[in-house]
Amino acid sequence: MNEEEITAAFEGVDFPRLERSLRHPRTLISVVLSLGTGITTVIACIPLFSVLFMLVYRGGKKLSTELFTELPPTAFEQGGGFGNAIVGTAVVVSIAAAIAIPVGVLTAVFLAEFGPDSKTASVTRFCAKTLTGLPSILAGVFAYAAVVLATGSYSAPAGGVALSLLMLPTIILTAEEAMRMVPRKMKEAAIGMGCTRTQVAWKIVLPTALPGILTGVMLAVARAAGETAPLLFTALFSNYWIFEDGQSQLMEPTASLAVFIYNFSGMPFENQIEMAWAASLVLVLLVLAINITGQLISSRAKSR
Amino acid sequence: MSTTLPNAANRPDESVISTPPSKFDIVIDRGFRGLTGFFAWSTVSLVFFIVYEVGGKAMPAIKTHGLSFLTTQTWDLQNEQFGVLPEIWGTLYSSILALMIGGFFGISIAIFLTQDFLPRKVEWVFKNIVELLAAIPSVVYGLWGIFVVIPTLRPSAIWLHENLGWIPFFGTSLSGPGMLPAALVLAIMVLPTVSAISRDSLSNVPGKLKEAAVGLGATRWEAIFGVILPTAAKGIFGALVLGFGRALGETMALAMLVGNSNQMSISLFSPGNTLAALLANHFPEAGEKEEPVLMYAALVLLGITLLVNICGAFVLSHTTRRAAGGQK
Repeated sequence: MNEEEITAAFEGVDFPRLERSLRHPRTLISVVLSLGTGITTVIACIPLFSVLFMLVYRGGKKLSTELFTELPPTAFEQGGGFGNAIVGTAVVVSIAAAIAIPVGVLTAVFLAEFGPDSKTASVTRFCAKTLTGLPSILAGVFAYAAVVLATGSYSAPAGGVALSLLMLPTIILTAEEAMRMVPRKMKEAAIGMGCTRTQVAWKIVLPTALPGILTGVMLAVARAAGETAPLLFTALFSNYWIFEDGQSQLMEPTASLAVFIYNFSGMPFENQIEMAWAASLVLVLLVLAINITGQLISSRAKSR
Repeated sequence: MSTTLPNAANRPDESVISTPPSKFDIVIDRGFRGLTGFFAWSTVSLVFFIVYEVGGKAMPAIKTHGLSFLTTQTWDLQNEQFGVLPEIWGTLYSSILALMIGGFFGISIAIFLTQDFLPRKVEWVFKNIVELLAAIPSVVYGLWGIFVVIPTLRPSAIWLHENLGWIPFFGTSLSGPGMLPAALVLAIMVLPTVSAISRDSLSNVPGKLKEAAVGLGATRWEAIFGVILPTAAKGIFGALVLGFGRALGETMALAMLVGNSNQMSISLFSPGNTLAALLANHFPEAGEKEEPVLMYAALVLLGITLLVNICGAFVLSHTTRRAAGGQK
């Protein structure tokens, strides 16, 4: 058959047209939906830029060194700072990290190395995932019941316990993931040399997975630094330095940036509200810096 | 290396190579394995310990108030009348609103960023912007909500109330904090969760399915609706459930934006309260009378969120197991 015969044979047969013209409703719908999702995605970026703009616009002009060295202002006072809140945040988050990192990493070693398919491991993984969804305020309620009521005072360690609960699942899940990425052949080689499983874990798996574990820890620390709700009734707040005259007041109420923002945002005084914005700017920069460092560590390790 | 032949002096002692782990190594090994196992179990027992602690401290309130705590509306410290029905309503209402907004945006972003609409680099930029939303602390969103969202919404809310006030959703006017600003900010906060998990499940759909659909003449969106979304449906559902769980427990933004008012209303503009916001606002100053009651409220919140999160984790683990099985 030549071309003409084929054309003749199919004359009058109605083929669906394959070309895509906007006159076809199907194509039109497709284009409209594509535009729609594009626009939704762009709209979703607006809040982030709005938040960042407001932080720089309202908090930026307030930035000065006094903010980092002075104590919070009282009602009608001008100036002042939140130096004690920055120190407090650092102390509380360090306590939380000191609890959550060993527990989390050792749990992850068990999950990735010693019993990846055991019943214990699946139960543990499930509990870790459940803990990820634990509302932060309930971590606070728990720490209040378990630490504040037991020791009789609002304190930095109580806040640390609350935050460690929120850090733990992130650390467990990311550390396990990182350890699973360690090539099996490396471990097999070590076992072939006569290493015990513990030596494999310490000398091969942990060092190789270190960047991944650090990334998880960074993410957890960044999240904990921004948490407010669990600190409201565990570390509470304080208008004074935690370390003064060479003495530490760890077992006293402790200030934190997040609670500072919460307390000052509701005040009727212009100076206090400006301070809340400045503190927010500092907190967001801090959190973003920790986050980005974490991302850098992991991407550096991947490209190696 | 070829130049230096190993001589007897620096050749390793053969007995060292072939020595099996010493008794000491084995003891250390056993001990360390036991230790990690202990930590794994301690993580598990932590969940039960949380329930036990909160439940134990709530016991006195459970005994005196019983189930009427869940069905009455007063919060009267003087007469010791307590009920959290408005808070339960507010928690669910704000979370559902937030999930409708955040879910819609989250899923369309996930589709937009996985179906090759954009060059890889641009996809990466958008993906990171959406993830940065999760890095902003909740208290900062609260502050932003007070000074940006509420003033922005107020004119249109007042217009809606004056002109369409007969619709129950617009039944009251927005004076300041209220359900809608709270739900909007909440939506921004669940958006990263929903979009990240949906994106995972969408990118796990085998490429051949889509190619087959396109080969049969489907347009891009016919392929998405007919093939890709149904395949990824379980994962997306899991994402929505987890997002819902996140919204239920979110505290600070709501404590600052929802109005902290003990009332139930379907109006989007009326102030309300949520369980988490109730705890945040009352706990720091709670006396002996109020404390067990708040613990009871915390237990209710714990129950709701654990249930929702376990459902979400279950759905997701089910889908990933099936996907992994399919790949083999």
